[in-house]
Amino acid sequence: MISIRLRIILTVVILVLMVPAFAADPLIFTDPEQEARYQQLTLELRCLVCQNQNLADSDAPLAQDLRQEIFNMMQAGRTDDEIKQFLIDRYGDFVLYMPPVKSNTLALWLMPAVLLFGGALVVLTVVRKRKLSPGGQEEENS
Amino acid sequence: MIGRIVPIVLFVLLGVLLAIGLKIADHKTEIPSPLIGKKIPEFSLPALGQDGVTITHEDLIGQPFLINVWASWCPTCRTEHPFVEQLAASGRLRVVGLNYRDEEEDALAWLEYFGNPYALNMADVSGRTAIDFGVYAAPESFLVDAEGYILFKQVGMLTPEIIEKEILPLIQPAGSGQP
Repeated sequence: MISIRLRIILTVVILVLMVPAFAADPLIFTDPEQEARYQQLTLELRCLVCQNQNLADSDAPLAQDLRQEIFNMMQAGRTDDEIKQFLIDRYGDFVLYMPPVKSNTLALWLMPAVLLFGGALVVLTVVRKRKLSPGGQEEENS
Repeated sequence: MIGRIVPIVLFVLLGVLLAIGLKIADHKTEIPSPLIGKKIPEFSLPALGQDGVTITHEDLIGQPFLINVWASWCPTCRTEHPFVEQLAASGRLRVVGLNYRDEEEDALAWLEYFGNPYALNMADVSGRTAIDFGVYAAPESFLVDAEGYILFKQVGMLTPEIIEKEILPLIQPAGSGQP
């Protein structure tokens, strides 16, 4: 009895979860290679509305428009770089999840290395200090 | 000695970061437009509510104007509307509307209800022209000079302060500032 009820509930839950999949815009690709390119490209491009989502994931109306636009450009034979440039011309480098290395993105690119290096330095210093001080207790050595 | 100072310095630095974060919190999602300094994109759109009438970019160029991107489904556009109306009524700047991804019926009803400050209104039902303008959230406004170059873009609501301090000074010769 319970298992049947549970099954019905689960079925309903799964159907509800499937709704977003049905809601996605039906872009019909005839060329599987083009479809793969499209999938890859929409993963690399940012949705401007929900700025922490990519174009592939976003359900915002603008993301739908842009996906359609990308699809149309692919059908027209434009390359990935041309499509990216089209979006950069309108929305700036921000649409790219991997922005180009430029003077204004330098901090973004270098920060991880700087933080890693700085962190390693701090750890090294602390470890060395602890080793030097007897009893493992931190002491001031001025 | 240094061991005591380091945590304090780090704490102060964190505090500075927090202060910066709080200061830009309201503008964090704003993206600087690459279109500033460029000519407005070419377009050809139907005039809202006027069957058979088409408006192109060339129709707009000739004197400075503000393109206000709005939609009846956009709550912030409603909040912004009185300020757009004030600006248009002052006669200091021509305001044209870009009705973005809207239903004609809803858009016309909205103008009927809240008032129509726009010299003219383009209907961008598909949102395709808005993509060329780099629009990603209504309301947005573009200040365009007499030659058709974009001088300024506002993402989000226009306020009297933005209009007075950022928009109008750009189209007025220096010296004839506002009171």
